[in-house]
Amino acid sequence: MKFYRSHVLIAIDDNSLKAGVKKIESLLRAKLDKNNLSEEINVLETGGLGYFGTGVSMTVYPEQITYANLKEEDINDIVEEHFLKGRVVSRLVLNSTITKKYNFNYKNRVVLENSGIIDPENIEEYIGVGGYEAWEKVLTQMKPSEVVDEVKASGLRGRGGAGFPAGVKWSFTAPIEAKQKYVVVNADEGEPGTFKDRLIMEGDPHKLLEGIMIAAYAVGATKSYIYIRGEYKLCIHRLEVAIKQANEYGILGKNIFSSGFDHEIEIKIGAGAYVCGEETALIESMEGNRGTPRYKPPFPGVEGAWHKPTVVNNVETIANVPAIIKNGADWYNTIGVEGCRGTKVYTMMGDLKLPGLCETEMGTSLRTIIDEYGGGMKDGKQFKAALVGGAAGVFLPNEMLDVKMDFNSLKEYSAVLGSGAILVMNEDVDIVDILWSIIRFFRHESCGKCNPCSNGNPVLYKLIDKIRKGKGKEADLDMMIKVSEVMNKTSFCALGQSPYMPIKSAIDNFRDDFLKRMK
Amino acid sequence: MIVYLNGKAYEAKPEETVLQLALRNGIYIPHLCYHEKTGKAAKCRACVVEVEGIPGLKTSCNLPVRDGMVVSSKSEKVLQAQRMVVDLALSSGQHDCLSCEQNGNCELQDAAYYLGIERPSFQLYDNDYEVDDSSEFIRVDRSRCISCGRCVEACNKTVVNEVINFGNRGFDTKIVFDNDLPMGTSTCVQCGECMQICPVGCIIDKRSIGSGRNWEFEKVETVCPYCGVGCRLEVHVDRKNGKIIRVNGVEDSPTNNGMLCVKGRFGFDFVNSEERLTTPLIKENGKFREAEWDEAIALVASKFSEIKKEFGSDAIAGLASAKVTNEENFAFQKFIRREVGTNNVDHCARL
Repeated sequence: MKFYRSHVLIAIDDNSLKAGVKKIESLLRAKLDKNNLSEEINVLETGGLGYFGTGVSMTVYPEQITYANLKEEDINDIVEEHFLKGRVVSRLVLNSTITKKYNFNYKNRVVLENSGIIDPENIEEYIGVGGYEAWEKVLTQMKPSEVVDEVKASGLRGRGGAGFPAGVKWSFTAPIEAKQKYVVVNADEGEPGTFKDRLIMEGDPHKLLEGIMIAAYAVGATKSYIYIRGEYKLCIHRLEVAIKQANEYGILGKNIFSSGFDHEIEIKIGAGAYVCGEETALIESMEGNRGTPRYKPPFPGVEGAWHKPTVVNNVETIANVPAIIKNGADWYNTIGVEGCRGTKVYTMMGDLKLPGLCETEMGTSLRTIIDEYGGGMKDGKQFKAALVGGAAGVFLPNEMLDVKMDFNSLKEYSAVLGSGAILVMNEDVDIVDILWSIIRFFRHESCGKCNPCSNGNPVLYKLIDKIRKGKGKEADLDMMIKVSEVMNKTSFCALGQSPYMPIKSAIDNFRDDFLKRMK
Repeated sequence: MIVYLNGKAYEAKPEETVLQLALRNGIYIPHLCYHEKTGKAAKCRACVVEVEGIPGLKTSCNLPVRDGMVVSSKSEKVLQAQRMVVDLALSSGQHDCLSCEQNGNCELQDAAYYLGIERPSFQLYDNDYEVDDSSEFIRVDRSRCISCGRCVEACNKTVVNEVINFGNRGFDTKIVFDNDLPMGTSTCVQCGECMQICPVGCIIDKRSIGSGRNWEFEKVETVCPYCGVGCRLEVHVDRKNGKIIRVNGVEDSPTNNGMLCVKGRFGFDFVNSEERLTTPLIKENGKFREAEWDEAIALVASKFSEIKKEFGSDAIAGLASAKVTNEENFAFQKFIRREVGTNNVDHCARL
């Protein structure tokens, strides 16, 4: 193996691509060539760092210096000052205390442990950091039922929003005798403000593949699908590369490691419907039908895609599996809190100093996430509310900031963890506007299958629009709660059931915002 | 198996749903998308009930019965939810009963009446659908559609013509023909199954518009006069004016299970046609004149006898109609074989 004096990791994700990272990377390589540094300094592409609004960024090892918001003209300075003279270009460094303290504190990371460190388009780098060891362990040392039991014992709960125990889900499908079973990965990340799965797939696609294969082995599926949203071009590309490489290395395909187990993974691209994140609508869409939910039972675990037993799991859920198998359920049980084990990836947006993404233990308080991982409130403003769980989430006021972020604790506040999206709002934000935009979203995304959702959402929109325009009455607030409550009780799927949560929490906690519009 | 419904015990069949059990015992639970032919859809959500031991509300159309199940379809919680759900459906379109052909024969109206809804609480409809009058016999007024999906199911699964489906999404969801063509230019064969199964006034018989209200007509069950399948018809007769207004298939008929073809459903205008023959005609000197049956039959009999005597039996052949019954066809071939004495007998269905 070749040794380098320094490694430069360039984050390639959708954001940096838009900021022109490819041009800057080639400039950097040319400049290094010109200074005869290409043999000493290794430039590598990695996944995103989990920060947003930082444009093109790169990290230099071993110093662990992150440069952000790079422009073409900055490359000269970096090469001449940093690489030739060893002087850090301080004007370009991303807030170093925070990055050192949190972003590069990978201690707590499970699913994002490799993101931003390895080259996602190179299988050898994944293998180099211990990748596919769990897959090898499963194939050579474990029976399928043992895998299911291990995941059950780990207490891993689904990360798509509902929090259903993954091992229990697998245990429904595993014993069924069927000619064909499927594993479907739900990568149709449509919840507003959620982009955790994107970062996992962009940063470490092989981890997802490894998790899929383990799940497939556990339940006896020979074919898997990754149902991914069409907008995730880079994820699709990286997954395609990863699948090709895994096939070339004999990790995927026929008779893997001479175990007699065959597996094939196919990518299905979604057409951009929010409801297709619901597992049965996802299956309908995958089959080529209108993306609308099916009634359950039968549950997909018994009768799913093409009427075959199908396990549907979220990307983050599956990405947890390799670590559980490799390190054991006991290790996983040391992370998180009772009833909700492991870590959670959060996407933080809004009026924060450092919006972006973090992975931390289940049960971390919302205050910690906002203040420390998110860097606290931007521009010295006061915190007003956090919308936790995406559009189908709940508005939490200041008094609830100490809530622990896990499925059970949030339930006590009638809140949900959902997809892990956290939208932080400061004192200047009017909750009416936010709620208006949420309801508009639901109205747009209702699939039209059931009556309460397809007609209830337009009713809610008319009411909130009236209030927003200053023509509302206090009775309209009661009507919104009444309509959304019936929708919550009677709608076919979670989409129609959801508007109740943001509406109820917004009106209960921020009634003044609504009344102000009525004066 | 015993199921308790609103406090009373009922004997349930193992395969049935709570809604089926209720309807079988004459208990009304509002339902708009369920039809015994198209089955459960759980789309309209009006049939929600409360079940002891299960949190929340459940749609009764897809809720299988269980022994000892305690169901309530009349608790205040249930009625409140049903009221809002039906109110939303009523708010979604132009459901004004005054001008609707289906007034008195509308399942949405029934549900609203049962729940005490006088007028919709909301106004969602903004008049952006044009009435589709493009087809020969059927009018489609999407402003009255509640997206129940019965016509879609019936067109694709019952009659398997595969013309109707849903287009667009959310509130803008509408039924479309083929790739959103007008019904008249689509591949629709005008069997009218969708029209018969539509619970509201969206898909209606074009020719009966304005002819009267459903309750004014006498419903006469009969057999279709066209082909030998023998579909059962329910003819809606306006006795006052001596006219047939429309024809439906009989829903539980073993021959057609409510289905009809375009001829059986719409081809009844010959009944009152001016050109219809009502007496036998005899041609004399190149001109027809009206005659009595006895005279006409005697004339035919004498002509047949003459031909048989002069040229032999095989000079005569009989061709029967598919529109008559089996018994009539049987009698006809007996007449040709035994009375005329020839095997020259056939049937138009062979042509």
